[in-house]
Amino acid sequence: MTITPHRGGFIIIATFILALILTILPLPEWARPFRPAWHSLVLIYWCMATPQRVGVGVGWLLGLIVDVITNTLLGQHALELAVTAFIVAKLHRRMRVFPLWQQAIGVFLLLMLEEIFSIIVMGAIHRPTPALSYWATPFIGMLLWLWISIILRDLRQRFKVN
Amino acid sequence: MAAAVLASLLMMVVDHRENHLETVRSALSIIVAPLHQIASLPTSSGEWLSDSFRSRQHLLDDNKQLHEQNLKLKGQQQKFKALEVENMRLRDLLDSSFKIGDQILIAELIAIDLDPYKQQVIINRGGNSGVFEGQAVLDADAVLGQVVHVDPFSATVLMITDPSHALPVEVNRNGLRTIAMGTGRTNELELPHLPNNADIQVGDLLITSGLGGHFPPGYPVAEITQVINNPGQPFARILAKPSANLKRTHEVLLVRALTSPTQEPSASSVEQTAQ
Repeated sequence: MTITPHRGGFIIIATFILALILTILPLPEWARPFRPAWHSLVLIYWCMATPQRVGVGVGWLLGLIVDVITNTLLGQHALELAVTAFIVAKLHRRMRVFPLWQQAIGVFLLLMLEEIFSIIVMGAIHRPTPALSYWATPFIGMLLWLWISIILRDLRQRFKVN
Repeated sequence: MAAAVLASLLMMVVDHRENHLETVRSALSIIVAPLHQIASLPTSSGEWLSDSFRSRQHLLDDNKQLHEQNLKLKGQQQKFKALEVENMRLRDLLDSSFKIGDQILIAELIAIDLDPYKQQVIINRGGNSGVFEGQAVLDADAVLGQVVHVDPFSATVLMITDPSHALPVEVNRNGLRTIAMGTGRTNELELPHLPNNADIQVGDLLITSGLGGHFPPGYPVAEITQVINNPGQPFARILAKPSANLKRTHEVLLVRALTSPTQEPSASSVEQTAQ
């Protein structure tokens, strides 16, 4: 068994940084509850495509950074993204061969799971229950997945990330 | 996996209960500060552009207008000085004199969005400029919130409308003291602890009472918009609209009271009505 050297790490980091910027980019007041979870989408993609590089540890670190930049409870996003990364790493072989729309449904379920985690944490620290628009983000994330996965796949092939 | 989950759970508990992780958060936020800068770049560069391409005539007009405003404010300030001295003399008679006067630091908001379910903003001044935790933050009209977390070059401000925020206020008209709680909506505060027969009306101005020590007394907070008396309930349902522009603020004032808050005697209500 030969070990192929890792390549294109900078692309992975660059896409994560871009996702983090999109996560805190100012939006108009009405649009704020509908902001998709960019960081989760990018994490899911890289976990699925390169599970040997991006796994639970990266997910946890990314979540910690999200917690710091959006000023949520330290560990909230870290927990969500670590669990997401774990599930994707377990199922990546199955997810890769799904057609795109089935993948999107899988992504929807993962994003929904994150939202459920979030709402449990918010309940535990006595934050008020958010409005119904809170549940819209997984749907938006699911629709965005169709584009994000194609864009990231092109990037991965062009820069031969493995 | 199990380690990551355990570590996250542990951190959440410690962060929520103990506040020991403030240093960790500070250290991490220094690392991610560039992200904040980049994310606020579209807004700040837009402002820079509109500043740079403003016409001379526009600037002259602005200048003139500001001169006039400055003159007006100076005029009002003269009266204020006299009133301040008179107020102190009267307080002396009541043996409760304290110095009026606050130090003010101007800060700008960093244009980024935080957690949409918390009412928080980040400002561009931090511990290096003398910002401290619990400091009161105002905009040009009224109280905006208080500093909850300080980094060397930035600070996080919790708005008065956040559900976890409570602010000691008094009614300017009669000195009735109570507490204004945030509701999570940017245009609404709630006064949950007033009985049905409390002397409060729609249109009353709420000002900070200075109790609790975080906020200096006498700054406007909100205006009563709704008083609902339900005889079946022990307390009235009273809503107020914050006078500060919580949605579209650009610059904020950080206030430091020069003296520690003093206990006011009950006669202070008389002076409040005299204002």
